[in-house]
Amino acid sequence: MKTIFFHMQGYRDLPDDFATRYESIWITPPNSALCDPAVVARYMRWNVEELELADELGFDGLGLNEHHQNGYGFCNSPNLIASILARRASNAAIVVLGNTLPLYNPPIRVAEEFAMIDCLSGGRLVAGFPVGSPPDSIGNYGVPPTQIRPRYYEAHDLIMQAWTRPGPFPFNGAFTKLRYVNPWPQPLQKPHPPVWLAGGGSVETWKFATDNNYTYSYLSFNGHQSAKGMMNGYWAQIEEAGLDDNPYRAGFAQLVVVGATDAEAERLYLKHIRNFYAKALHVPMHQAAVPGFMTKKSVEFALRQGAARGAYKNLIGDPRSASWKDFTETSRMVIGGSPATVAGQLDEAIRNLRIGHLMVVMQIQSMDRELTEYSMRLFADHVLPKIRGIWDSEGYEDHWWPQGATRHRAPEKAVATAEMVP
Amino acid sequence: MTASVHTVDLAGGFQPNPVLVKGEGPSLVYLHGLLGQEWDGLVDGLSATHRVYAPAHAGADEPEELRSISGMHDLILYYDEVLDALNLDRIDLVGHSFGGMVAAEIAAARPDRVRRLVLIDALGLWRDDAPVADFLLVPTDRQAALLLGDPTSAAVRARLALPDDPEQRITQTLRRTTSMASISHFLWPIPERGLSRRLRRIKAPTLIVWGTEDRLVPSVYARDFADAIAAAKVEMIAGAGHTPHFPDCEAVLDKVAAFLA
Repeated sequence: MKTIFFHMQGYRDLPDDFATRYESIWITPPNSALCDPAVVARYMRWNVEELELADELGFDGLGLNEHHQNGYGFCNSPNLIASILARRASNAAIVVLGNTLPLYNPPIRVAEEFAMIDCLSGGRLVAGFPVGSPPDSIGNYGVPPTQIRPRYYEAHDLIMQAWTRPGPFPFNGAFTKLRYVNPWPQPLQKPHPPVWLAGGGSVETWKFATDNNYTYSYLSFNGHQSAKGMMNGYWAQIEEAGLDDNPYRAGFAQLVVVGATDAEAERLYLKHIRNFYAKALHVPMHQAAVPGFMTKKSVEFALRQGAARGAYKNLIGDPRSASWKDFTETSRMVIGGSPATVAGQLDEAIRNLRIGHLMVVMQIQSMDRELTEYSMRLFADHVLPKIRGIWDSEGYEDHWWPQGATRHRAPEKAVATAEMVP
Repeated sequence: MTASVHTVDLAGGFQPNPVLVKGEGPSLVYLHGLLGQEWDGLVDGLSATHRVYAPAHAGADEPEELRSISGMHDLILYYDEVLDALNLDRIDLVGHSFGGMVAAEIAAARPDRVRRLVLIDALGLWRDDAPVADFLLVPTDRQAALLLGDPTSAAVRARLALPDDPEQRITQTLRRTTSMASISHFLWPIPERGLSRRLRRIKAPTLIVWGTEDRLVPSVYARDFADAIAAAKVEMIAGAGHTPHFPDCEAVLDKVAAFLA
């Protein structure tokens, strides 16, 4: 079981009346009014310190993502932060989940930067290729909704060719035309860094994962309980494609907070959880569901389901007044409590969703440096050892883990085989 | 107030286009705006003196077809083939909003084919001092206000009402979604694709009709179109918005009918 400390890198102190005063956490929250570069300077230091702490505490991987003009996470270039982590002497994976392919022009840039990070880190890179969210691609980067998937598939094709074919060669795409594809360097990992997909539950992305034998992570803030239906859909696609049931084909992101006791966890974290859900999920439908982003088939499927589906579904009413019980028991959006409570619920969630990659979101928006570290240390000392061995006894191997990320690697079967050789 | 559907077959992997047709007289083609294909009072009124053809926009039913249309040039060829399929030679061409942008492009690319041109609150130009508003990433009410007027008014609510029958409701919602997707393909993020460089090629006498209260494409754009087109005149519709022929089409119909007479 691989556990990745996933840092959203958001703005930690948005005003209390944010959700009533502003249209959205994304695209339009006015930068000059809300985002003070001097404050960001402090937050960015904290973000990197927290990621470095996660490395020292023994998390299997360090997770970063890309968003733009977004209050809950505005790491517009995860590769910049990844390169800081890559420089450290470490055996943790660097999970960049990822570079939003339709936003790079020409997308050969992704092949180049990921290869640089892979070399710099000694082959510890996970290359995440998300399609991206409509607010980023349509709202912030001006990509016409109908072009997003065509651009995505073409960029993927270019990058994979650039990594695996000897250059130089020409590439004639509809969006990108290059006479000489010959990036220096190619990645250290061969044939290429593991590719991870991520998304909010698009059927097309599941299909793309199984077509290419990639691993897929469902990224939602709504917790493991409501993710069950979505993950079942993905597992059904895997079965339909005739692939094995290796849990490392699947990942999930989960908000986690740990206290000394359940009561202490509630006392320390409830206000931060309320704050996060009140502000970070403040994304209006007209930014999230833009005509042309989903295929006609997917839109019809969603209409027939007759309800909001996926990452933006509201499970708890007004988050500002929702209780600890609402978050952690009724909706199970958050896993929080004592180390024993958290370990028990995570074990259940991991098996229930059948995931090999768990991305724990532990820095929750308004939590400061000190409180984040407190929760992280409890998790690393008391929870991580309990969930690490899940799936080991069944003999599953993670074929999607970077070759250079050797931390906590399960004993190799090759050793036993070698002993039998006279 | 209905028209018959003449479905025309198209090559190149496109679905047949369900062209709405009515009336007798000189051929008139109407290209719809952002709300998609419809048969409204304006086209019905024009069918009293013309044979009116109102095609749907390319990809309006299945936006994936637009993978074969990468830009305005391809779209002009698409409509050229629609006109061929309808056996139309020279036409009067009327376009509203996005349809006005496409009509102007066609008239600039094929000046031999367009007899007279009418542009109603057309998209296609851009001024930094009066930017065209966003119609896509906006709340439903805001979009209705920009395109039609007061979203609480009975007329706007009736225009945007969905059918009661659940199946028809899904069909209609789906159609609105795919139609908007197919239009955004050509307009997002900024509805300007170099038309200002091509307007000089338009030979047809042109009528420019604009609602004085258009909040999507402010009325200053009427003058920009008129200044760039050789033989153009402007008719402003006092108090009207982006769809000046809604809810009452009389004022616009009178001006357009007189121009085409």
